[in-house]
Amino acid sequence: MIDILLVSSENEEFLEKISELSGETITLCDQCGTCSGGCPMVAEMDITPSQMMRMTQLGQREILETKAMWLCASCYTCTVRCPRGLDVSKVAEALRQIKLRQAIDYIDIKKIPEDEINILPQIALVSGFRKFTG
Amino acid sequence: MKIPYYPGCTLKTTAANFEQSTLASAKILGIDLIELPKWNCCGTVFSLAADDLIHHVAPIRNLIRVQEMNDNGVIEDEKRLVTLCSMCFNTLKRANLFVKENPDDLKTINDFMNLEEDYQGDVEVVHLFEILKNMGFDKISEKVKKPLKGLKVAPYYGCMLTRPKETGIDDPEEPTIQTDLLKALGADTVDSPYMKVCCGSYQTVNDKDAVARLARDILTHAQNEGAESICTSCPLCAFNLDNRQKEIKEKDPEFEGIPVFYFTQLMALAFGVEDEFYGFDLNYINPTPLLIKKDLLKN
Repeated sequence: MIDILLVSSENEEFLEKISELSGETITLCDQCGTCSGGCPMVAEMDITPSQMMRMTQLGQREILETKAMWLCASCYTCTVRCPRGLDVSKVAEALRQIKLRQAIDYIDIKKIPEDEINILPQIALVSGFRKFTG
Repeated sequence: MKIPYYPGCTLKTTAANFEQSTLASAKILGIDLIELPKWNCCGTVFSLAADDLIHHVAPIRNLIRVQEMNDNGVIEDEKRLVTLCSMCFNTLKRANLFVKENPDDLKTINDFMNLEEDYQGDVEVVHLFEILKNMGFDKISEKVKKPLKGLKVAPYYGCMLTRPKETGIDDPEEPTIQTDLLKALGADTVDSPYMKVCCGSYQTVNDKDAVARLARDILTHAQNEGAESICTSCPLCAFNLDNRQKEIKEKDPEFEGIPVFYFTQLMALAFGVEDEFYGFDLNYINPTPLLIKKDLLKN
């Protein structure tokens, strides 16, 4: 049995939107898996970075409900290794931005425990707020 | 050599030991780091979305301060800006590169900051490591009074110093700049396969257990290679590798703590500056017992 995947204009629009926001030609990804192999956070993710790229190529909006994009630490390991010259970290950023620009935050700042606030360096807090809140 | 210097927020608080030890060691090397007047937070992360110009404003405003320092004679013809924190370095350098490559966007940013003079695009963001490399590591070893002999240090590069390639100061896969410095200081360097694996960065705000798992991998791999300490240039790496040892220990009581230094703390130690500039009191794992054992500190 072969699964047939229908790509609708809605899917195309989503791919276009993410391509525009990330500035990356996402269709160049040929699913070699190098990004997933080197990703330090991949063990924590529900889908791998290469799956994230594939779902985005297919314009599947369900990607926005996965955790992978939020677990990206913007470490740029995938960026320096992608044989197609793609910057996966920019695609993850674009996906996060879709949520954040609808005022849907990933973390609730009020829930960060006070003892953590007291010890976390500012660069941790500011970068966390930049990546997880809109 | 007088050169403008951008400390960034964290060097004034949790990483004050990074700044103290830097200023003291730079003086020994004849480098006069002049703090930027009225500097502001760089935003800590480079804005990755293609249409997100507003987040380039903060880093670029800091570069205008370098222009002003040149104009009003605080420094003479020095367009380099030295950074220490790897995250500030990355954010400032990438934002600078971005506006140099996109003059229309620079104009938008300049127009937006209508109370500031225009940024001309000719500042160069450098990391202190690059200044040291240009001086020559042999020159640095001439200043060593107390070689760090027998101190087994694993350099940890993290991400922002070497990635992405356009802004990195060394090879992203096989960096050596930190090893070269540590060798010049007389230390025994230890290579670890995890020297460039991310510590989890800002994930530490939301998921400290995931970060502790990453930190444990990084630290135990270095220990397995014989390292007794870790060396870094990033206050966030330092926090994740040093302070998160508390969480590692809670999960794994067998885990043995390992001190995490800023490279400038080791420089200050090797140059024999006064003890007060080491700032070891801000390190989570106290490095003093190790340094006493190695005869590098008095009891």
